[in-house]
Amino acid sequence: MNSSTAPTPDAPLVQLLTPTGQRVTDPHVAFDGDRSEIEALYRDLVMTRRVDTEAYALQRHGELGLWPPALGQEAAQVGSARALRAHDFAFPTYRDHGVAWCRGVDPSLLLGIFRGSDLGGWDPADHGIALPNIIIGAQTLHATGYAMGLALEGLVGSGDPDRDSAVIAYFGDGATSQGDVSEALDWAAVHQSPVVFFCENNQYAISVPVASQTRVPIVQRAAGFGLPGVRVDGNDVLACLAVTRAALQRARDGEGPTLIEAVTYRMGAHTTSDDPSRYRDASEVDAWQAKDPLERVRLLLVAEGTSDDFFADLAADADALGVHLRAACQQIPEPDLAELFDHVFVESTVENRQQQAEHVAWRDAMEGSVVAS
Amino acid sequence: MTRMSMVKALNSGLRLALEDDPKVVLMGEDIGRLGGVFRVTEGLQKDFGEGRVMDTPLAESAIVGTAIGLTFRGFRPVVEIQFDGFVYPAYDQIVSQVAKLHFRSRGRVRMPIVIRIPYGGGIGAVEHHSESPEAQFALTAGLKVVSCADPNDAHWMIQQAIASDDPVVFMEPKRRYWETGEVDLAGPAAPLWSARIVRPGRDATLVTYGPMVKTCLDSARAAEADGLDLEVIDLRTLSPLDLAPVVESVRRTGHAVVVHEAARTLGLGAEVAARIGEECFYSLESPVQRVTGYDMPYPPSRTEHDFLPGLDRILDAVDRARAY
Repeated sequence: MNSSTAPTPDAPLVQLLTPTGQRVTDPHVAFDGDRSEIEALYRDLVMTRRVDTEAYALQRHGELGLWPPALGQEAAQVGSARALRAHDFAFPTYRDHGVAWCRGVDPSLLLGIFRGSDLGGWDPADHGIALPNIIIGAQTLHATGYAMGLALEGLVGSGDPDRDSAVIAYFGDGATSQGDVSEALDWAAVHQSPVVFFCENNQYAISVPVASQTRVPIVQRAAGFGLPGVRVDGNDVLACLAVTRAALQRARDGEGPTLIEAVTYRMGAHTTSDDPSRYRDASEVDAWQAKDPLERVRLLLVAEGTSDDFFADLAADADALGVHLRAACQQIPEPDLAELFDHVFVESTVENRQQQAEHVAWRDAMEGSVVAS
Repeated sequence: MTRMSMVKALNSGLRLALEDDPKVVLMGEDIGRLGGVFRVTEGLQKDFGEGRVMDTPLAESAIVGTAIGLTFRGFRPVVEIQFDGFVYPAYDQIVSQVAKLHFRSRGRVRMPIVIRIPYGGGIGAVEHHSESPEAQFALTAGLKVVSCADPNDAHWMIQQAIASDDPVVFMEPKRRYWETGEVDLAGPAAPLWSARIVRPGRDATLVTYGPMVKTCLDSARAAEADGLDLEVIDLRTLSPLDLAPVVESVRRTGHAVVVHEAARTLGLGAEVAARIGEECFYSLESPVQRVTGYDMPYPPSRTEHDFLPGLDRILDAVDRARAY
């Protein structure tokens, strides 16, 4: 595939904050928060980036086996996740560190998967966020099923804001090629399920550009399945928050699903094992650097009079978060295979117990032999 | 003889197949410009073009499903599934279509598709990147399944698999990708559907394949210090199994230990043990031992050294057999 197959780039894009920090209006969507809310969003963006850069450094120091950087996608993640209410639920991908942050997950719990210490660090029920999914697109169906559950339980369209709930599914541009994602869009539309499909179009599935995944802008998929679609500047946290807030409210009100395409860019590698210089030009990365999701918010806040103290305190908090992550990473307990046998089934089996006993006996014997030698 | 890694050996084998037959096409995620996440297809798109070495959309079911369609035009697709744990979206196409179309058509339709799957653990990877699903394909009638264990076999077996008119699931032991070995580019190659004694011995028979061949050879070398002479057999073909060398070996040694990374229950070892029981009953001096992964989803990588068969567990099984 080559650039001649690129999809038309001119689908309307919701933007409320330009890369140079100018507020602009959109005919359909507005951000009505005050400066303090923007400051809170900026804090989320900065903290998410610190989680990401710190984890990246931990990988480089050998503390993690792998890390998938979220660099450049912070606004899409923070804006959408801050539109969720406490009783809503999110199904993230392995790159959605900012979503986990906004759901109140201690970011150190993100590290275990990539350290090889666990397969997911938290109880989904504690924070309203599922464990990150590595299988591309699978979680869109999980979110659809979750939404069906909300509807069956009468938690949609009651008019009670403390009761009505919705769910958001995160996925990337590459995932839109998976059958699961099309099936989820279709199913949710047919059932008018209270789910928001939030596609972070970061332009690449490892090395493959979005032009090789789809001929049309992803947002245009929505019409074919019979649900509304919104295309938003994924590097604009205000726009991401506003469109997701509206879509979630639609869902909670019983008006059905929405597809949001957040147009963003994966500034870093797919993972620390990847070398993007093999498949994309530095000039392309530079062009997106000028659309940085953090800088535009900083410029806006400076122009609106946010104090130097705010920025200084935030920098100190980010540094403290870095210290916390570095310390917490090394304190992640070493996993014990013997204990893992306990989690294969709810109701254990004879074979499971026998293999566990076999392993424990073996491990103890080996420890004895090490001591003896 | 040329020394190269398994990655290079596969690459050279694929290159020869592309040169030999214009109907050979390669498809997969990131296999073109990037050359695959493991670089197995590095440089092939540049030399053979985007039509014959295709970066596909991110859709495993579509990769295998369209490969089926290509066979109806006489193509011989070689598809790459990026990691073992990503094959399941394609499982329906593999099991319900690839495996059955020749049979359904009473031989009128052929499915000369090779499905390459980097598999197995031992590389410290995250979830879904270390699995050993070979038995799930080997138990599917209509599929053939092979696994190379060293660069020479990788170079030759991939070409033989592509030349086969039957569908072949080609399991590549990713932890051995970067180890180098001598490749005899002049050939001749060993027959594809054959097991091979990779180390002759007298005292017990280790039966294995793929990533565990090297582990078993290391075990056999270590056992020499104890005066034990272990035979190691590389099955190479998992479906069909070529058990003649195994039967002959076990009749000589009286002891058999089957080793694989995949879970024990209903793993390849179960079939091998059953067949040894059928064929070697009067020669066996001990029950067939199995050294395998445990019956659990692949665990976090920091436990994989305990999960995967290693030298100590293999030699312990040999000791148990011999002390029976």
